[in-house]
Amino acid sequence: MNTTILLFLLQDGITNGAIYALLGLALVLVFAVTRVILIPQGEFVTYGALTYASLAAGRMPGTAKLAVVIGLVAFAFDLYAMRKTLHVPRIARAFGLNLAFPVAVLLATMWVADQRMPAGVSLVLSLLIVASIGLSLYRIVFQPLAHTSVLVLLIASVGVHLALQGLGLLFFGAEGQRGPTLLTASATLGSLRFTGQGMAVYGITIAFIVGLWLFFGLTLYGKALRATAVNRLGARLVGIRTTLSGQIAFLLASTIGALSGILIVPITTLYYDTGFLIGLKGFIAAIIGGLISYPLTAVAALVVGIVEAFSSFYASNFKEVIVFTLLIPVLLLRSLAAPAVEEEKD
Amino acid sequence: MRERWPLIVFAVIVAAIPFIPGVPPFWIVLLDNIGLSALVAMGLVLLTGVGGLTSFGQAAFVGFGAYTTAVLSAQYGVSPWLTLPLSLLVSGLAAVLLGLVTVRLSGHYLPLGTLAWGLGLYYLFSKLAFLGRNDGISGIPPLSIGSLRMLDPGTIYFAIWAAVLISALLTMNLLDSRTGRAIRALRRGHIAAEAFGVYSPRAKLLVFIYAAVLAGLSGWLYAHFTRAVNPTPFGAQAGIEYLFVAVVGGAGYVWGGVLGAAIVVILKEVLQSYLPLLLHGEGQLETIVFGVLLVTLLQLAPTGLWPWLTARLPFKPLAKKPDTSLKLPARERSATTPNVLLQVDNARKQFGGVVAVNNVSFDVQAREIVALIGPNGAGKSTTFNLITGVLPPTSGNISVLGKAVGNAPPQDVVKLGISRTFQHVKLVPDMTVLENVAIGAHLRGHSGALSSMFRLDRGDEAKLLAEAARQIERVGLGDQMHQLAGSLSLGQQRIVEIARALCVDPMLLLLDEPAAGLRHMEKQRLGALLRELRAGGMSVLLVEHDMGFVMDLADRIVVLDFGTKIAEGTPAAIKTNPEVIKAYLGATA
Repeated sequence: MNTTILLFLLQDGITNGAIYALLGLALVLVFAVTRVILIPQGEFVTYGALTYASLAAGRMPGTAKLAVVIGLVAFAFDLYAMRKTLHVPRIARAFGLNLAFPVAVLLATMWVADQRMPAGVSLVLSLLIVASIGLSLYRIVFQPLAHTSVLVLLIASVGVHLALQGLGLLFFGAEGQRGPTLLTASATLGSLRFTGQGMAVYGITIAFIVGLWLFFGLTLYGKALRATAVNRLGARLVGIRTTLSGQIAFLLASTIGALSGILIVPITTLYYDTGFLIGLKGFIAAIIGGLISYPLTAVAALVVGIVEAFSSFYASNFKEVIVFTLLIPVLLLRSLAAPAVEEEKD
Repeated sequence: MRERWPLIVFAVIVAAIPFIPGVPPFWIVLLDNIGLSALVAMGLVLLTGVGGLTSFGQAAFVGFGAYTTAVLSAQYGVSPWLTLPLSLLVSGLAAVLLGLVTVRLSGHYLPLGTLAWGLGLYYLFSKLAFLGRNDGISGIPPLSIGSLRMLDPGTIYFAIWAAVLISALLTMNLLDSRTGRAIRALRRGHIAAEAFGVYSPRAKLLVFIYAAVLAGLSGWLYAHFTRAVNPTPFGAQAGIEYLFVAVVGGAGYVWGGVLGAAIVVILKEVLQSYLPLLLHGEGQLETIVFGVLLVTLLQLAPTGLWPWLTARLPFKPLAKKPDTSLKLPARERSATTPNVLLQVDNARKQFGGVVAVNNVSFDVQAREIVALIGPNGAGKSTTFNLITGVLPPTSGNISVLGKAVGNAPPQDVVKLGISRTFQHVKLVPDMTVLENVAIGAHLRGHSGALSSMFRLDRGDEAKLLAEAARQIERVGLGDQMHQLAGSLSLGQQRIVEIARALCVDPMLLLLDEPAAGLRHMEKQRLGALLRELRAGGMSVLLVEHDMGFVMDLADRIVVLDFGTKIAEGTPAAIKTNPEVIKAYLGATA
């Protein structure tokens, strides 16, 4: 092997690793706040990427309609929950968030789909669509289950993954798509070529890591979100609105997922079910980080990306096997260093 | 035998279905698929619903079973009947290896871990040359008995359903036994079960292997049913679907697995044939409906359909009263009992900078009731945890009958004849009082998993239940014996814990706030019981806040405050001790 290949593999690994890091962060964020292990994170990636690619190609993405439909369901849930006390400002808020917002986005999308807009407009619309889906999903699926065990939430999460993946096939078909690059500039350093897209990936990842770390570590609101995860009842007693915390977590996670998708769709072809595998690699990183630590997750994600790049070069057949079994030694270490027995509740 | 009637009736119905004239052959294929799925789901019931260990990776074990027989019978011409034990062995061994790594993981790490190795193994199946890569292996011979070759779905039907019924019977036998109780206690945390000698990691590994072997059996049947295997049915999607099957049917119930399999297989068939007509879309529409249904089900009926169904049955199964004339041999004790049973010498426990127990020393003599009192946070429960091995002491010595206990785990401490109750009741709420109390006698029984499955444990089991029943009657809860522990009042649950501790046949009983939540009469009965135990030669160490109760009962009182012993003496001396009054009332009165 020569240095060029080594460097090239490293660069490739780091670019993928940065994406896994973004996803890993979102997973840690959602878990830390809502205790939901967000399997559908992969679908947010696919939806974001394919919505962006569809818009760029001048097609109307089905996700925009989905956002309106499940927004409607979420609004119905809210109405039903508030049937005893018709609190007008709250209904207005639910209406705005769950219905008016996705309808406005749908109208904008319909308008944009006809005329070729710059990539930036497609990006923003895609993010808004997926964010709205994430928000409504929390209301419909996870908010009613908020008091249950991690396990029930996990199984529900798998259910959402199945449904969203099936819908993905319906909206985008079985063919893969690619989208236009965000930044076309590029620079060459020695034998390595740095594309603008790659730099955007690095920049956005670093910004999110630092941002989340600061938010949860230093701000009162970040701490309130963490308190919700540890003890919902306790958090409510001290005046934290746990539902709002969950909404924020899902909003952030779906946005991050969609953004990751939009960042990679110009680099690789994405299919309706690619997101699941990408999301799972983010998971491996998140698990290595113990579902708690943002910096550790980011480092682990880079390791996963690099291992993947090297194994696809040397043993491309066993790439996935190697990446997924990477988890076993980590689990082994974690179980050896298992903390004192904790009582589990049902 | 009477409780087996439903099973026999079900077996007869299942056997009769293919002979009913006019049953479309297609239905038999569906029933075959239901049976195959039910086997895996049954394993998951034990693993997830009963044991609390969620696995998304069961499909991989099905793959181990299927590929083992595929390779051996198709490529080396080994008879399928010889590959059956090998298929089960390979799945079981894989479960041992994966289980050793994963079952000790707590909470959500376990399901995620299973998802990861489930995917890894799927890719392995699809890449290995000797497993035929993505094309898999074809030309697997059918099962045959003599000249009867099970080529069509109608013949292998009998093999599949015989496997389902036998597995169901063995699984139910296992659950209704000493080992079964240990498994059922897993889901509610380890501390209580371990305090009575259950090795939780071992019990977890056992259910893990059991579920994998059932999955392997399903895989073996599947391979000879379709006579070709490829990696697709062993992927993550399938693993998720098996869990779905168990949750739909009722993850806590053996028949829930069968019911769930029937519902899911039929639903899938219906969805696959009608949805495309309805929506004119391309493929995979059923996954959307599946996902939505799964979420709906979790929100509306999280325990699944089986319990919903059985609650509507007009008749209830009769609970059998154990024959209390059977006696368990007493726990082995040393011939001469020295005066000092328990010696706590300078015990210290630090949590980081907090000193919970600060060099506390005291002893408990034979035939003595010692009370450990002190304000909240004085370190009483921590002292209990040090004595029973739940927490290792930071320094100091605890010795029982003159022998240092060291860092012995709870399972070893209970063998010395020390049993306990808990400040926060730790019973399994969905087990009956009798079953909960029988966990206390765990170490006095000997039957293992295999003998339980084949009902060779009945003699041993009857004695355990008899002992449990005797202790329940002794504490005065005979009428509540067959009620679910969770349905009792908190005070009664504390008494159940005492009965459970008595099942150990202890020489020293540790009671953590036994009188809390009891009414006046109940307290008096409890006091009388403890005196009776003392008269019978037992010693009691209790933590209690009810001063009237303690002063009346205890021979000696040890007072802790902020982890430090501030006084020790007879009730009369403690009542007038200025240090104690200061600790309780804040100033010298």
